[in-house]
Amino acid sequence: MNEADPSSGGWFEDVDREDADSVTESIRTGSAESPAAWPERAVESGFAADEDEYYKILHDATMRATREAVQEAERSDDKQLMHGIRAMDDCERVANELAERVAEWAGSRHEDAETGVEYARELAESDEEDPLVSLAERVRDLDDEAADLRSHVERTAPEVAPNLSALAGPVLAARLIALAGGLKQLARKPAGTVQVLGAEEALFAHLRGRAPSPKHGVIFVHEAVQGTHPDNRGSAARALAGKLAIAARVDHYSGERKPELDAELAERIERIQARDVDE
Amino acid sequence: MSDLPVGVERRAFDGRESLATEGEAVYGEPTADGWRKWDVRRSKLGAMLEKGMDTGLSGGETVLYLGAAAGTTVSHVADFAGPTYAVEFAARPARDLLEAAEPRRNLFPLLKDARKPETYAHVVEPVDVLIQDVATRGQAKVALANRRFLDDDGRLLLAVKARSEDVARDPDAVFEEVLTTLREGYEVLETRSLEPFHDDHLAVVARPD
Repeated sequence: MNEADPSSGGWFEDVDREDADSVTESIRTGSAESPAAWPERAVESGFAADEDEYYKILHDATMRATREAVQEAERSDDKQLMHGIRAMDDCERVANELAERVAEWAGSRHEDAETGVEYARELAESDEEDPLVSLAERVRDLDDEAADLRSHVERTAPEVAPNLSALAGPVLAARLIALAGGLKQLARKPAGTVQVLGAEEALFAHLRGRAPSPKHGVIFVHEAVQGTHPDNRGSAARALAGKLAIAARVDHYSGERKPELDAELAERIERIQARDVDE
Repeated sequence: MSDLPVGVERRAFDGRESLATEGEAVYGEPTADGWRKWDVRRSKLGAMLEKGMDTGLSGGETVLYLGAAAGTTVSHVADFAGPTYAVEFAARPARDLLEAAEPRRNLFPLLKDARKPETYAHVVEPVDVLIQDVATRGQAKVALANRRFLDDDGRLLLAVKARSEDVARDPDAVFEEVLTTLREGYEVLETRSLEPFHDDHLAVVARPD
């Protein structure tokens, strides 16, 4: 076995074993051309008293370094998810806009022209060489793309944020992450901010004293809000936002799935929905 | 039929005999008296032992395991081997690997790319056994690049996945090509198909040449 070049030594060389950060850094970014009898060398150099102690330090160091590397890698996945959800929204928006154009154009030709993406899909089925049909095909393709992006988001969001996705559903989870600017950023936001994410316009109008405070932002689409009587929607949105904020923190800081969060949310919402409302 | 390594035994689980190692459960496998069932359908190394291949494993070796994934197989290896270095490239399965490694003081997880041995040669010592189960194109090249870790009388235990090289081609042609490349640095001692436990996989035992 070749001995390593001294310039590319073992991970423990020039490292203070009490300094966890520098140990982690050395495991993660160090390199050597060839392996060497590191345990022996570490004992010889006085880094460890004996090989048992060396392996104990190595276990702790590799666990820590790998945990850190895993967390970093997964955190950058949230950026991919943000691109995915934004692209999905773009495709849906543009498909709808173009579908309106198609409907208007078609209306000038046929009495029975309909509206919407579905109508554009119908038109696209005729294989005519015609600019209107061609435009309708673009609508269909964009709508297909949006559907593909949606299933991509639905697949990846639970990997990036398992608890948030379980509570909010993958699409809403992705949207919250995108609005906050990342999972880390979302994890650092107070529940009150999570509650109104996506309602910034209304929030600033309120802060200028021109409007009531918004009760909810994008979380409005959640079943916990939708399924609650309008009088109690503020409470429901507040309770939901509180749990979502906790879920985002668990996802960012530990990444472990905690099913008890689902049960806690269900219980809170059930209690709120059971409240009497003045008819 | 060669002997099982010390620390690997055939034990009964629910009345059926299976390979087993002694250690903390990792993936919900059945356990009995501190022994955990080693499901050979989920582990290519397990299948190699089950088929009686001469792996040269006797227990207590120093091991470098490439492609540790969620730690299913490498946790069994760490149960009967000595210092065990587990390299995995993907972050998601590495999370489970960390859990498997937590209670195993001799298992050292590394989030590294097996195609770049210089990024972990400052941590991994020379080993008696190199176990490789990576699902990537160029599996023979990975084995060649990591030959530097293997002692002269050490063993390479390789599971070649035909579909990782080329989904469309005939597996036998793929295996032949992989073996040809492998022979640039190894003497191939034994090859065997892992059917019926794993489809389109060839197990290879080799030593540095």
